[in-house]
Amino acid sequence: MLTEFGKIFVFILLAGLFVAVGIFTAKILRPHRPTKEKLETYECGEDPIGTPWVKFNVRFYVVALIFLIFDVEVVMLFPWAVTYQKFGAYGYLVGIIFLIVLFVGMLYEWGKGDLEWDRPQPIIPYLHKEEEQNK
Amino acid sequence: MSLYDVIFYLFALVTLVSAFMVVTTKNIVHAAFYLLFTFFGVAGIYALLGADFIAVVQLMVYVGGILVLILFGVMLTNKITNVQIRSGSTNLVAAAVVIGIFAGALLTMMLNTRWLVNPGKTLITTIPQIGSLLVKQYVLIFELLGILLLIALVGAASIARKEEREK
Repeated sequence: MLTEFGKIFVFILLAGLFVAVGIFTAKILRPHRPTKEKLETYECGEDPIGTPWVKFNVRFYVVALIFLIFDVEVVMLFPWAVTYQKFGAYGYLVGIIFLIVLFVGMLYEWGKGDLEWDRPQPIIPYLHKEEEQNK
Repeated sequence: MSLYDVIFYLFALVTLVSAFMVVTTKNIVHAAFYLLFTFFGVAGIYALLGADFIAVVQLMVYVGGILVLILFGVMLTNKITNVQIRSGSTNLVAAAVVIGIFAGALLTMMLNTRWLVNPGKTLITTIPQIGSLLVKQYVLIFELLGILLLIALVGAASIARKEEREK
């Protein structure tokens, strides 16, 4: 019989098949008459400027790093959460100490402002009155 | 060849082909995305071997965490995304010798080890056992891991943080 992972594998296969069959039948059925206008990024006529590869804010990287640490924390907590009830208060305490240690880290990040988000500071266009009068 | 073998070779093929593409592709973003399939294939092989915890960890930490980190690393670096990586082949003889020795060592190890045969047909979940060991026998290591993660958290964030704007 299938193991639990076997069932997941069946789901993965079905998901892949669903996408493949959908795209393939669409490819067979649809007419294919591309023109230059159709192939542009925005069909509404807007011309794209520059590359889509823009440089992201460094904040994202710090957040991703913090996420990774807490990801590993969750991995360690998972086996603990399955079994701690067998050990009563002691088992509970073990996990709580682990969590407190990492909570200190979160407080540090919080205090240092790593969890804050950079607010955009838009430069409002400023119209010089004198320039206007000169025209 | 049973169904088990077919699935194993499928995952092995996914892992190998995508790992090959990671090395040979010219586009660094594509390389990062091919790495996703490599990690996924390895996770599938773990699951097939009956190592359920490691398979889940592989998916969560590598596919979910480290790959995102790599992608951010690529995207955060200015002007790297349009750069074509120039990967040529140099020192072919020396590389062939080293690879030959390494492959030979791996092969002799593989052939001389007595492997567990077909461990994954019935899945025995190992997570409660790992949990019991963590809470009882290795409780000190568990708490030390917390401190290690704390150090990693503080250190990584202080290195990666933007310089304080002091004015």
